[in-house]
Amino acid sequence: MTTSMAMEEQPAPRTRKPNQGRIRRSSVLGAVQAYGVLFGLIALLAVMFAPFAIIAVNAVKTPTDLAANGPLSLPQDPTLNNIASFWNAVDFGGALRNSIVISGSVAVLATTLSLLNAFALGIGRIRGALPLLVFFMMANILPNEAIVYPLYYMAKPLGLYNTQLSVIIMFTVIQSAFGTYFIASVMRAFPKEILDAAKVDGCGKLQLLVQVVVPIMRPSLAVLMVFAFIWTWNEFYLPMVFLVSNSQYTVPVAVAVTQGQHMMNESQVAASALLGVLPCLVFFLLFQRTLTRGITAGSYR
Amino acid sequence: MISGRAAKSKKSSLDSGYWVFLLPGLVMFLLVIIVPFAATIAVSFTTWNGVQLPKWIGIDNYVNLLSDPYFVASFQNTLILLLAMVVIPTILGLLLAGVLYSYVSRRFGEKTASFFRAGFYLPQVMPVAVAGVVWGWILTPDGALNSILQGVGLGVLAQNWLGNPDIALFSVMGMMVWFQVGFPLVIFFTALQRMDQSIIEAAALDGASGWQTFIHVTIHQIRPEIFVVVLMTTIATFKVFAQVFVLTRGGPGTATYVPSYYTYLNFFQKSQVGLGSAVATIVTVVVLAVAVVFINLQARRDLAEDF
Repeated sequence: MTTSMAMEEQPAPRTRKPNQGRIRRSSVLGAVQAYGVLFGLIALLAVMFAPFAIIAVNAVKTPTDLAANGPLSLPQDPTLNNIASFWNAVDFGGALRNSIVISGSVAVLATTLSLLNAFALGIGRIRGALPLLVFFMMANILPNEAIVYPLYYMAKPLGLYNTQLSVIIMFTVIQSAFGTYFIASVMRAFPKEILDAAKVDGCGKLQLLVQVVVPIMRPSLAVLMVFAFIWTWNEFYLPMVFLVSNSQYTVPVAVAVTQGQHMMNESQVAASALLGVLPCLVFFLLFQRTLTRGITAGSYR
Repeated sequence: MISGRAAKSKKSSLDSGYWVFLLPGLVMFLLVIIVPFAATIAVSFTTWNGVQLPKWIGIDNYVNLLSDPYFVASFQNTLILLLAMVVIPTILGLLLAGVLYSYVSRRFGEKTASFFRAGFYLPQVMPVAVAGVVWGWILTPDGALNSILQGVGLGVLAQNWLGNPDIALFSVMGMMVWFQVGFPLVIFFTALQRMDQSIIEAAALDGASGWQTFIHVTIHQIRPEIFVVVLMTTIATFKVFAQVFVLTRGGPGTATYVPSYYTYLNFFQKSQVGLGSAVATIVTVVVLAVAVVFINLQARRDLAEDF
């Protein structure tokens, strides 16, 4: 659909002429400079990747190998023992399942809630939309500690303490705060002719939302869903406070909290870090295009 | 809000129907954000161990905090962390975005620029807590960083990176820069792609060097994005928790204390819920004040155009 693409992309008119500005120099000097810049960037990128590489190498190294040859040598005798023993000690499969359930639920629920809010603010243009929007953004701005203790206190009598539902509810609200702002600002560019045509046809508001707005907004909703999923996956403070038994841990909690709890050797810590990194690497490869464009309401307007 | 329906007939009649869609969001927002936040403020005026009834003590918690070394340290550290969370990543992100967009993508193609952009962004998709475990592993006394330093003959620089109170905060900051830099980079890169290229070309025709164009034209053009990035990362600085929790637990001493970690300790380990609530309230007020100042400076104009 062209309208939705226009809202998503807005490709700027770009004219690129190869020999222009600073590149217009003697070709030898230009080439030296260009490759200098390129190698500089490669060196920087190597620094960015180095921590991951070091962790990956040591996760498959035996503890004796690590003790004898240090953290920089390649593994003499690669093993999956560290990974397996950490996996079993914390039931990492369960943590993966918990994280998928929590992040997946929040992605769907927060996007739905954002859509409903934004429909009223962005399409309905109810009065007081701006103050309401600022009000919603508060949920995104407030530090966790401003709400954590009363929530913790309320969760116990409600039977929500140590349940995934508690975390799902909290993050649905927190992620929908930004989501409302994001979706509402995209909706502001919604083609009026389509809305008017729908009204002339006697289209009800629910029908308007489901049959007209949602199909056109689908790309932006998908972007929000991806970000809400990743953001929720990466959260630490609230999941750590609310999910206290091993069987409820999310991936970051399992990796970070169990450092102190279990008697883990250095190799197992490296393995735990690698296991924490790998799912995100998968998401990154899957959603790279969406993620690396960043998300601010302005950049999609 | 629905009143005045008769007066401004068309818009108001629409209004009434749309309010229904806002109800679920408002109710959940009330229960999860507003009520707990109000409770935190109320509790901040009490002394409470979380079990017995809270006892009203007025502003005593706030008065005590002024001379509380942990609290003072946590705020001082936060101000220093602004360097690693806001200043350095924003400047690095600007430079990298500029080089990648206006140089690398022209000399080596857009694919190459995208590859670098994705590479620098990678830490951003990781949980901070997991990134903390990764760095904690590297920064131990017999860890990878010291091994590298010894390997290249700089063994004298080897440190107990997280155990030395003079160094620990800077070690945490190193990890933060590594983690943060991808965020401004992708926001600025996307902004540059949307920028009106004719202005850049006009500057080049006028004889401006690449660097002059970047400083005087490009930065000016993407100013809204710079504001957004600085606002969001400043707020994030006051929320720093997992990095400190995983790497240092605030130590050694108070060297890496931050407000979030101090409230966490008060809430869940020291049973000083009133004091913790006072810290949380102060942090929240500071964060909201930062947001209001920024919005007044810049974003209000953007918002007002739209809403």
